[in-house]
Amino acid sequence: MRDRIIFALQLLFTLIVAAFLAVPAALSIAAGVTVNYFRGIQSGVTLQWVAQVLDLYAGTIMASIAIALGTLLVTLVVGVPAAYALYVRGGRLARLVEEIITLPVAIPGLALALGLLLSYGGFGNFRRSWLFILAGHVIFTMPFMVRSVMAIFASIDVKSLDEGAASLGAAPWRRFVDVIVPNAAPGILAGSLMVVTLSLGEFNLTWMLHTPLTKTLPVGLADSYASMRLEVASAYTLIFFVMIIPLLVAMQWIGERGSAK
Amino acid sequence: MDRREGECEVTMMIRHGAALKVENCGKTFADGTCALARATLDIAQSETLVLLGPSGCGKTTLLRIVAGLEMPDAGGRVLFDGKDLTRQPIEKRNVGMVFQSYALFPNMTVAENIGYGLRIRGVSRLERAARVAELITLTNLGGLEHRRIDQLSGGQRQRVALARAVAIRPSVLLLDEPLTALDAALRERLRGELNGLLRTLGITAIYVTHDQAEAMELGDRIVVMRKGAIAQVGTPREIYFTPADRFVAEFVGAANIIEAPIESGDLILPGGRQPVGSTGSRARAVAMVRPETIRIVDADKASLTGIVDSIRFAGDRQRIIVRDAAAIPLALDVPHTIHVRAGERIGLSIAADSIRLLPAEG
Ligand SMILES: Nc1ncnc2c1ncn2[C@@H]1O[C@H](COP(=O)(O)OP(=O)(O)O)[C@@H](O)[C@H]1O
Ligand SMILES: [Mg+2]
Repeated sequence: MRDRIIFALQLLFTLIVAAFLAVPAALSIAAGVTVNYFRGIQSGVTLQWVAQVLDLYAGTIMASIAIALGTLLVTLVVGVPAAYALYVRGGRLARLVEEIITLPVAIPGLALALGLLLSYGGFGNFRRSWLFILAGHVIFTMPFMVRSVMAIFASIDVKSLDEGAASLGAAPWRRFVDVIVPNAAPGILAGSLMVVTLSLGEFNLTWMLHTPLTKTLPVGLADSYASMRLEVASAYTLIFFVMIIPLLVAMQWIGERGSAK
Repeated sequence: MDRREGECEVTMMIRHGAALKVENCGKTFADGTCALARATLDIAQSETLVLLGPSGCGKTTLLRIVAGLEMPDAGGRVLFDGKDLTRQPIEKRNVGMVFQSYALFPNMTVAENIGYGLRIRGVSRLERAARVAELITLTNLGGLEHRRIDQLSGGQRQRVALARAVAIRPSVLLLDEPLTALDAALRERLRGELNGLLRTLGITAIYVTHDQAEAMELGDRIVVMRKGAIAQVGTPREIYFTPADRFVAEFVGAANIIEAPIESGDLILPGGRQPVGSTGSRARAVAMVRPETIRIVDADKASLTGIVDSIRFAGDRQRIIVRDAAAIPLALDVPHTIHVRAGERIGLSIAADSIRLLPAEG
């Protein structure tokens, strides 16, 4: 009896997931390759919408990729050494800094963007440049990088490794390069994938920060939803899926490999 | 320390390493834990000093202060060959450290782990390979050079950690409970190997353990610690035969601690009188007797008698518990050739000079 209730609940859950996640995703993908969505799939399958999107919005796609890679670079170069310093130093100051870095996770992207605009919106050149969006993305994604790296530090007892290398005469930078980074690689990789995924998909904050000349893919997507025919918007979504799904799969795969160890 | 000196044949008995001085070093952690009361210690060149005490008594903290991993409280100093290194971080002290967790690098092979310190020092690839090979032989790791760390057994890891620490010809070798993570049989064997190695290398070493058998075997001198303070410093024999207080007596080996009054040089016990080798009287004395120093004699001729309570087989000897001789049951260690039965009245003979009067506490 109990088993059947559990089975029924599982089935219900699966159906809800299917109804609200899988079906909409599948439909919008289908719409992106349908000649005329209102006439249905029998109107024919085409890549013309995809081509049109690539033609119209190539800029936003390239911009998103560039911003994601830039964000990744900054979070790697700043976040990983910061996580190392925070972890090895320990103490109250380190915990405080960690809290501050983590804060953006809890703050809505809109509020974060408003804060940036209030503080730096007056710096016209900065405001108008891609760097403004990059800054927003870095703030938004940094906690995920730092957290992911700190988590692996805890699981590989990085403090001992660090002290071990120090006892053999290695200065902090040398220890970081020779011992810390190689052993933390899976966590750094997981953090990197997360940063790229989040940056590619970020909308709230970017929408507030963007100018007509600095649009990322999700902002362009919103544009197309508002002003283009449904098939174009769907094709755009399709392109987004094609970019993001491999990253999600890779993330899942790394996570599973990590927990299998 | 002259690096050249280390080039000598390792199998010769040579004095190596620095003479150490720990001066007035205490440690209060940021959270207010006073882990170590101010302590001063001299460690001679080539000496093996053991820090012995129960878990949490501050051994690791003291070792980490010497290593440069913890800063002593203001006023404390650490000197290597007379040079004040208190403000130098560990990487500038040329110490070899074997951590309790070994802290081996999982991203490197056995040989790379052992050679890492030399790589940092800019030793050429060729020289490094030679030195690593030498250490692989010395620590019986032949054939495992290219293994990864997670492919090694506990004992092998311990030896890699040791080889890695020794490879850099450190001024002092610091070992934090290097055998604790291993099972009993392996621990015993590696203890012997480690002892041989320390003698062979002739290097100044500080060895932390909570195991008194390890301390006895390995230490030139032992520092017994209790609750962050030094209870006694001495050779293993001094610590064993003339413990400074009840804590040391009970922590190092088995001990009967007898509380009784003394009258004209005799302990007055329920089972008779026992001379203690000093004259005078005291209302209350604390005396220590090691179980193996008590002999069984004919009850009729003995001045101290008791009743056999139980007999425990202990492999190489038997332990006999005797009641009614003193206020507490006395433990005796005697060979198997002695036959007694439970309930039998026996005489006890204790040489006066094997009784150690301890300061009464409180
Ligand atoms: N980093 C630290 N912060 C606060 N307390 C500590 C720290 N390290 C050790 N202690 C405390 O100091 C005392 C001595 O610890 P330790 O030197 O590790 O003892 P042992 O090595 O003899 O077991 C313990 O009570 C321990 O909890
Ligand atoms: Mg310890």
